[in-house]
Amino acid sequence: MDELDRRIVNELQGGFPLCERPFQEVSRRLSTTEAELLWRLKNLLQTKTLTRFGPLYDAERLGGGFSLCAMSVPPEEFERVAALVNAHPEVAHNYERAHRLNMWFVLATDDAAKIPGIVSRIEKETGCRVLNLPREEEYFVELRLTA
Amino acid sequence: MNSLERALVKATQGGLPLVPRPYEALAKDLAISETQVISLLQKMLGDGRIRRIGAVPNHYALGYTANAMSVWDVADEAVDELGRAVGALSFVTHCYRRARRLPEWPYNLFAMVHGRSRADTAAKIELIRAALGRFVRAADVLYSTRILKKTGARIA
Repeated sequence: MDELDRRIVNELQGGFPLCERPFQEVSRRLSTTEAELLWRLKNLLQTKTLTRFGPLYDAERLGGGFSLCAMSVPPEEFERVAALVNAHPEVAHNYERAHRLNMWFVLATDDAAKIPGIVSRIEKETGCRVLNLPREEEYFVELRLTA
Repeated sequence: MNSLERALVKATQGGLPLVPRPYEALAKDLAISETQVISLLQKMLGDGRIRRIGAVPNHYALGYTANAMSVWDVADEAVDELGRAVGALSFVTHCYRRARRLPEWPYNLFAMVHGRSRADTAAKIELIRAALGRFVRAADVLYSTRILKKTGARIA
């Protein structure tokens, strides 16, 4: 990642313009060209420096459900269980953490009522108990990180 | 959410088309005009259904290798005030109140901290501890060691 990539990552975490040629507008701010910006953005996504580019939806405000879930998975079962959990499209992200509860994933659904069903399906498939920790209040969310 | 909004969410939750006129490309798929796509996105940004339009970085790729979830057990009467105070700390990226699961999980306040080293992150967590002061009954820190999946929500 060079200096321009860094500036692109920082700039694109801000508000992306809503106009006919948004990439052109951002490219002007970065003193580069629209084509160069698009090419580099594709590259940043391909190399997984960026995981996504687009609108970030608030699932709850869309009427959906969200929950953070934790499991304690035996090490020898870990990869198998991770594959079973990740196969659910409702699993938005999943992290391994250094803790007795070593697998942490977020469920996001179009309907909050679906969460318990998915949790029990994951428990049945994996044989691991799921600790379901729904969010009760959000105090702060910042989605930017300086590159 | 009406059917057009649902179709827009569905068309964009994997990302925006990487073309000079992304909203026009979406408009074609949805059989509406580019102006309609733009005003629909504007409306959803305005009412908070879209948090923002932009890039989601991979923490690790940006050098943030020490990513911790700090969890705290604080008194229910104080948690909202404390949560707002912790959320206001510049280095806290997410701060939530969540349900406890006793006896296994006594923690009700969650604060995510990202740092470029464990020492950096640990120092930040100590500042959270100081902000919570005498209200802390128990605490734990869970460092992430691997991203197993990160696609974002698929909700439509």
